[in-house]
Amino acid sequence: MKKNLLKNAAVQSLIASLLCIVLGLLLGFIVLLFINPSGAGEAILAVVKNFWNYSRANLQAKNFGNTLVKTAPLLMCSLSVLFAYKVGLFNIGAAGQYVVGSCACLYAALAWHWSWLPCLLLSIVVGGVYGAIVGLLKAYCNVNEVISGIMLNWIGLYTTNMLLATVKEPTSPYTLHLKTDATQAMLPTLGLGKLFSDNGNVTIAIPLAVLIAIAIMVLLDKTRLGYELKATGNNKNAAKYAGMAEKRNIILTLIIGGALAAMGGAFLYLTDFEQWSVTQSSVPGMGFNGIAAAFLGGLNPIGTIFASYFIQHITSGGAFVDLSKYSSQISDLISSLIIYLCGFVLFIKYAINMGIAKSEEKAKQKAAAADEKGGAK
Amino acid sequence: METPYAIEMLHITKRFPGIIANDDITLQLKRGEIHALLGENGAGKSTLMSVLFGLYQAEEGVIKKDGKEVTIHDPNDANDLGIGMVHQHFKLVECFTVLDNIILGVEPTKHGFLQKDEARKKVLALSEKYGLQVDPDAIVEDITVGMQQRTEILKMLYRDNEILIFDEPTAVLTPQEIDELMKIMKNLAAEGKSILFISHKLAEIMAVADRCTVLRKGKYVGTVETAKSSPEELSAMMVGRNVNFHVDKKPAHVGDVVLDIQHMTVASKTHKKDAVHDVSMKVRRGEIVCIAGIDGNGQSEFVYGLTGLEPLKSGTITLNGKDISKASIRQRSTSGMSHIPEDRHKYGLVLDYSLEDNLVLQRYFEQKFTDRIGFLRRDNIRKYADRLIDEYDVRSGQGPVTAARAMSGGNQQKAIIAREVDKDPELLVAVQPTRGLDVGAIEFVHRKLVEQRDAGKAVLLISLELDEVMDVPDRILVMYEGEIVGELDPKTTTQEELGLYMAGAKRDEVKA
Ligand SMILES: Nc1ncnc2c1ncn2[C@@H]1O[C@H](COP(=O)(O)OP(=O)(O)OP(=O)(O)O)[C@@H](O)[C@H]1O
Ligand SMILES: [Mg+2]
Repeated sequence: MKKNLLKNAAVQSLIASLLCIVLGLLLGFIVLLFINPSGAGEAILAVVKNFWNYSRANLQAKNFGNTLVKTAPLLMCSLSVLFAYKVGLFNIGAAGQYVVGSCACLYAALAWHWSWLPCLLLSIVVGGVYGAIVGLLKAYCNVNEVISGIMLNWIGLYTTNMLLATVKEPTSPYTLHLKTDATQAMLPTLGLGKLFSDNGNVTIAIPLAVLIAIAIMVLLDKTRLGYELKATGNNKNAAKYAGMAEKRNIILTLIIGGALAAMGGAFLYLTDFEQWSVTQSSVPGMGFNGIAAAFLGGLNPIGTIFASYFIQHITSGGAFVDLSKYSSQISDLISSLIIYLCGFVLFIKYAINMGIAKSEEKAKQKAAAADEKGGAK
Repeated sequence: METPYAIEMLHITKRFPGIIANDDITLQLKRGEIHALLGENGAGKSTLMSVLFGLYQAEEGVIKKDGKEVTIHDPNDANDLGIGMVHQHFKLVECFTVLDNIILGVEPTKHGFLQKDEARKKVLALSEKYGLQVDPDAIVEDITVGMQQRTEILKMLYRDNEILIFDEPTAVLTPQEIDELMKIMKNLAAEGKSILFISHKLAEIMAVADRCTVLRKGKYVGTVETAKSSPEELSAMMVGRNVNFHVDKKPAHVGDVVLDIQHMTVASKTHKKDAVHDVSMKVRRGEIVCIAGIDGNGQSEFVYGLTGLEPLKSGTITLNGKDISKASIRQRSTSGMSHIPEDRHKYGLVLDYSLEDNLVLQRYFEQKFTDRIGFLRRDNIRKYADRLIDEYDVRSGQGPVTAARAMSGGNQQKAIIAREVDKDPELLVAVQPTRGLDVGAIEFVHRKLVEQRDAGKAVLLISLELDEVMDVPDRILVMYEGEIVGELDPKTTTQEELGLYMAGAKRDEVKA
C-alpha cells in the first residue's frame, strides 16, 4: 500500500518539493558553516523563522503580513511562468512584464492621479501588450521566446527607470509615496490589514492572487481554451492537424502570461509597500523567482501558492541573519541557494522513481532467495 | 552442458495499471534462429521485448543468457549482454546526421575528442557487408523511413550485438524494402546472430522465421515451427478464430463528385523540384479511390496539400462544390473532411492526453463537448469515448483515462480510426490506415472503409501495401514522381502491371 502511495504522481511532486527545501536549507547551512561556523545554526534558524524572530505577537502578525504582501506578486509571476510552460513556452520575459506592469501603475497613479482600479487595468493591458510582442515574434518570425524575453526585460527596465524618474522624490532615487501623493491609487485593504495588527499594506491583492491561481487551474483543466493550449504545448503538430490556431494560441498564451506578471507588479507597488528605485540597473528578481516557484510548486497552480509563500518566507527571513557575524549580502545568498535547489524538483522526482525500482528489485531477490531455501528443504 | 538457447525468458509477468501485459510468458530463442512473435494489438509483444531490453522490469520471472541467469536493469545492461533493439516507433535524434545517430552513446574518442573517421569506416564497412544503404551525412529528419530503419539496424550492428530485436520493422516499409530486410535478416542469422522479429504480416513470418511464438491478451498460447504450420493456423492461434483475408464488397454505386482536384502542385521541402506536380483527380460518392505508389513519390505532400497542412503552390481543390483551396484545416474538417494521418505520433495523437481527450481531438469545440461559456462537457466526452472504445475495440489498461502514450501501437491507430470515421465525413482521407494493425483489426478497418463507401461517402485511400491496393479500392491511381501516371481497375489489373506503373516503367495520360 505504501509503495502505491509513493508511485502516485501528486505525492511524488510533494515529496520532491519538500526534499528540495530540506536540501536547500542544508546547503545554505553548509555555506554558512564555511563562512563563520559560530553563527551558522542560529543564522539558518533565523531565516526559517522569519517573522517568528519577533517575540511580540503584534509584530509577528505585522511581519507575517509583510511576507504575504510580497508573496502576492511572486505568485502572479510564477503563474505567468507556469501558464506559458503548460503551452510549451518558457516565459523568462515574466521578469520584464512584471517591470512594465509596475511602471504602468506607478506612472498612472503618480503622474495622472488615476485611482487604483484603472491603474491595475492599465498594468494588465501594458503587460499583455508586452507579452504579445514576444508572442508575435515567436509565431511569425520564429524568434525564440527566451531570447526576445531577455531582451525585452532590459528594454523594460530602462524605459521604466526613465519614465518613473519624472515622478520620483526630488532628493532620492525613489518614486513618490502613494500614501502621501496618491492615496486614491492604493489598493483597498477591505479591513484585511486589521488581521495583521493594522498592516496597511495588506490589501485585496493577496486574496485576489489566490483566486487567480484557482482560476488558472480551472482554465487549464476544465475549459476548451485550456484543452487547446495544452494540446499545442504537448504536440504542436497534432494541434495543427486538429485545426487549432497554433499561432493565435502562442500569442494568446504570452498575452495572458504578460498580463499575469504585470498584475504582479501592480499588486506590489499599489500597496505602497515598496518604492521603485529609478537607479536600479538589474532586472528585479521577482520574475526569475517566479520560475523557481513554478517548479517548486510542481507546475500546479495550487502548488505554486504554497511554493511562492515558501520562497518569499525564506527571502524575508534572510533579513534576520545576524549581520555582526555575516556580511549583509548573506541573506540574499542563502535565499538564492535555497531557491536554486528548488529547481531540482524534477531531478528528485526521477531519483525517487529509481529508488522505488531498486528497492522492489531487492525485495524480489530476497523473495527469490527465500523461495530457493524453502525449495531446498 | 551447453544449452542451444541464446536467450531464455522464463515465466515473465509484467503488470501495468489495470492490465497484466505479460502473464507468465516463456520464450526461448535458439542461437542463430529467427524467432517470430505474433499476437493481436495489445497482446504484449512490445512489452515483452522491452523487458528483455531493460526498458521495463518484470515483476516475476527470470531471463537467462546462454543458460546463465542475468538481470537487465536498463538498456545499458542489455547492450553489455549484446542485446539490441529496433523499436516500433524509431528512437533517432531527428536533427542529427545518420552517422551521429549510429555512434550516439558509444562515440570513439581520443583524449576526449571525437574520432569520427574511424566510426565512419566501421559504419561504411557494415553498410556494405549487409547491403544497408545509408547516407552517413544526411540529417535524419530529411531521409525516408526506410533509411531511418536501416540507420536503426546499423546502430545495433555497430554495437556488435548478437541478439537482435526487431519490433514491427516492416510496418513502415515499402514492399521492396521489406524484401531487402528479409534478406538482411537471413544473412544475419546465417552468421550466427539470433533474431526476435515482431510482425503482423503472416506471409513475412512464414518466409523468414524458423519458429513463431504466439501471444493472446498477455498470455502465452504456444510456439510452432513455421515449416510445419500455415498462416491459417497461426491466425487462428492468435485471434481464436479464422480471419477472412479477402475483402468482401458489393458493387459500387457511384454518385456525384465529392472531391475535385485540379492542377494541384505542392512544393517540396527538401528539393527544388515540386513534390506534387499538376495533379488532377476526382473522387465520387460511393467509391473508394486508392493512390498507390512507392513511398516518397509525393503521396505525403499530396495529402498535406489536400488536408491543409501545407499550402498549395497552385491548383484548386473543391469539396462538395465548395472551393477549399485556401481554407484552413479546421474549415476543411468542418466541411466534411476526415484525415487518418500517416504518422500517428507526429500528427495523430497528443500522447500525453488521455484516450478520451484524443478521441475528441477533432470535435472538442462542438456544442456537444463544450458548453456556451467554454467549459468542456466532461460527462459527454466520457460517454462518447466509452461508445467509440466499445465499438472499435480499442484496448488499453484503464479505458478512457489511459494516457495515449501507454497504449500499444495498434490500439493507438485504432483510436485514430475510430475518431476519424465516427466523424461521419463526406470525404475520408485514409493514409496507411492499417499500418501496425493485426489481421483481425485490418479486416475490421477494411470493413469500415467499405461501409463508408456503401453509405454514399467518398473514400480516398493512400497505401503502400500491395494487397490493400489490390483488394480494397474501386479505382487505383498510381503516383510516380509527384504525378498521376496511370488509372487502373483493381478487378482487371495484375500486381505485375501495377508494379510497372509504380516503378515508372509505364505511363498513360490520365484525365480527371
Ligand atoms: N508504459 C505503459 N504503461 C501502461 N500500460 C502500458 C504501457 N505499455 C503498454 N501498456 C499496455 O500493455 C498492453 C500491451 O502493450 P504492448 O505495447 O506490449 O502491445 P503489443 O503486443 O506490442 O501491441 P501492438 O501490436 O499494437 O504494438 C497494452 O494493453 C497497453 O495498453
Ligand atoms: Mg507493439
